[in-house]
Amino acid sequence: MGNESTRQIPTPADVVPAAKRAAAPQEVTGAQSLVLALEAVGVEVVFGIPGGAILPAYDPLLDSVKVRHILVRHEQGAGHAAEGYASATGKVGVCMATSGPGATNLVTAIADAYMDSVPMVAITGQVNSRFIGTDAFQEADIRGITMPITKHSYLVTQPGDVATAIKEAFHIASSGRPGPVLVDITKDAMVGRTTFEWPTDIALPGYKPVTRPHHKQIRAAAKLIRESKRPVFYLGGGIIRADASEQLRELVDLAGIPLVTTLMARGVVPDSHPLHLGMPGMHGSVAAVTALQKADLLIAIGTRFDDRVTGDLASFAPGAKVIHADIDPAEISKNRVADVPIVGDAKAVIEDLAVAVRADQNAGRAPDFTAWQERTRGWADTYPLGYSPAEDATAIPPQYVIERIGALTGPEAVYAAGVGQHQMWAAQFVKYERPNAWLNSGGLGTMGYSVPAAMGAKVGEPDRVVWAIDGDGCFQMTNQELATCVINKIPIKVAVINNSSLGMVRQWQTLFYNERYSNTDLHTSASGSRVPDFVKLAEAYGCVGLRCEKAEDVDATIKKALEIDDVPVVIDFVVERDAMVWPMVPAGVSNDLVTTARAMTPVWDRDDDAAEGER
Amino acid sequence: MARHTLSVLVEDKPGVLARISGLISRRGFNIDSLAVGPTENDDVSRMTIVVDVDETALEQVTKQLNKLIEVLKVVELDDVASVQRELLLIKVRCDAHSRAEIVQITQMFRCNVVDVGLDAVVIEATGTPGKLDALLEVLEPYGVREIVQSGLVGVGRGGKSITDRGRRSA
Repeated sequence: MGNESTRQIPTPADVVPAAKRAAAPQEVTGAQSLVLALEAVGVEVVFGIPGGAILPAYDPLLDSVKVRHILVRHEQGAGHAAEGYASATGKVGVCMATSGPGATNLVTAIADAYMDSVPMVAITGQVNSRFIGTDAFQEADIRGITMPITKHSYLVTQPGDVATAIKEAFHIASSGRPGPVLVDITKDAMVGRTTFEWPTDIALPGYKPVTRPHHKQIRAAAKLIRESKRPVFYLGGGIIRADASEQLRELVDLAGIPLVTTLMARGVVPDSHPLHLGMPGMHGSVAAVTALQKADLLIAIGTRFDDRVTGDLASFAPGAKVIHADIDPAEISKNRVADVPIVGDAKAVIEDLAVAVRADQNAGRAPDFTAWQERTRGWADTYPLGYSPAEDATAIPPQYVIERIGALTGPEAVYAAGVGQHQMWAAQFVKYERPNAWLNSGGLGTMGYSVPAAMGAKVGEPDRVVWAIDGDGCFQMTNQELATCVINKIPIKVAVINNSSLGMVRQWQTLFYNERYSNTDLHTSASGSRVPDFVKLAEAYGCVGLRCEKAEDVDATIKKALEIDDVPVVIDFVVERDAMVWPMVPAGVSNDLVTTARAMTPVWDRDDDAAEGER
Repeated sequence: MARHTLSVLVEDKPGVLARISGLISRRGFNIDSLAVGPTENDDVSRMTIVVDVDETALEQVTKQLNKLIEVLKVVELDDVASVQRELLLIKVRCDAHSRAEIVQITQMFRCNVVDVGLDAVVIEATGTPGKLDALLEVLEPYGVREIVQSGLVGVGRGGKSITDRGRRSA
């Protein structure tokens, strides 16, 4: 608890349970009302940085024994930490910043949370309401700026409106399709006096998310499943947000239908499940990509047919009918027209589908998918994920490092990745057996997500080992939060997959730009140049810094890091810079053109294709 | 692509207009016209939005509008089953010779001259977009100096109110 040195001894008033306190109206400032509201809504931790306009809120925050504030080093770090906390625990993450630059520094994290449907509340200070619109010092219209990237937002100018705004913000952030909500509070609203009373109900007449699926649609879906021969479950991150993986497991086992899990859904079904074909998409497994292409029915749940999954949309799963279930009606038929649209919460949809499938089985009219199961399993066995180090390579294969981290740490840990090659390898080579173990920036693709997200996850799940699997490019964007980790005793482990490059960009330059490496060399390990030296950097922050440059040392280094649990550890894994992410479907082309390695495409035997017509 | 008229009931809160117009433009849809005003209920405003989109895009824009917390209801107004009007103010050049002709035209179109000057008149016209186009065409030869046009507003025919049906019907 980093604030312990500065935190005052709690007064009796602090110890009274928030619920009891909240029940009786009390005379407070708007800022006190904010802190009481955060306590009443059950906030455990806030990541933030104070500044002029938010200062009044930080004073009562010092007295709160319920809400822990963690002082970060950059507001973007606060935002991603709130996301990491939310993604690992399923609770609402909270970040706080002052007006102007404090608020604009949150923008990337808010956009990230919006794209990946992360429940988050961002609280920002705003200049005095009398000065709004005058270009006052540190004034920025953060509500206007974030309108396109928030689920909803508030500008609070009256102290009496603070509690209601907080209550509504948490409700909106965590219900329906989760997302970020901004609460911008003017300085006069925080300084002014009001009576605090925790609202008993919420008046949002325009917000009524549909959670129960329509039984007619479930029946229609069951009919399509019954009539299909080559169905595939196309499972997305919405199922994780809906906390429905248990129910999903039951449905999958019951139906016997092969499945793929998107980047956002890794772990929603254990990777060890025999029907699991891997991740679909641009860097998906051959089996997952091919199963979708050859399917006659997609059962898409909590997923949005993102272009990184579909590739060229017109040729995506050309022979498949589509059942599309999502809590957000706007996602259904947005990219691919659904034959059976189902609006509802993933958990309810999955439960109802299971009932329908079981009824069909009891009635003796459930189809036998054994042949299709064998066929998809055949693809998985023939084209497993793998990597073969280049013959002249001397450095460690990066995939090997990531594979070993996963194997030695196990499925109970949390893995947070940055964005790029290491992210894809971490999605491919760590085996995920549970939901909320894999955190990454999927939709926005935010470099720098990893370290602060791992920090937030470790705060939310202190008993789990939390790895930040990061790249040398990403790490340099947000590594200042190592200071936050050290001071607040948040012992995360950071594996820097150091290929001395912006690796994914370099891979595209290799493949599509004639190996002209324009501005992708980061000088962090190649040719003996270490700017910066990550081990020294780690040590400067008070972390343990380790370096690993040989394949035979990888296991020992990981084990050493796993033994340290009182301070953050940073490992500089110096890896082969020419390693590439495979399989790959180049951007904008058909998924039929998946390549397993450079210029290598899967060979489909004739019997396979001929059989398709019959099955 | 075709013109569609959406009638949108929203909570009367600050910023709601920015939210709606911003949403429509960032999702890549074109707004032909937008009109906002109060309703019979003090807390509720009504926006009439004319968008030029195909059916798929219309479905998407409607769903996206419905997602906004402050949007209470979105209904598409059918051309036949609704009354739709625009207001047009036109300043037309005139002299002693042409003034009588212009006044005669306004009578035929059942619109009013609301300001008369030595060298110009201001005409106030209400009607469907088609009628107003026709009026403009006839006035054009006299010299149109200025045009001010409101967004389209519309209401469903018959006794039913937009608030009668379920909250989110479109």
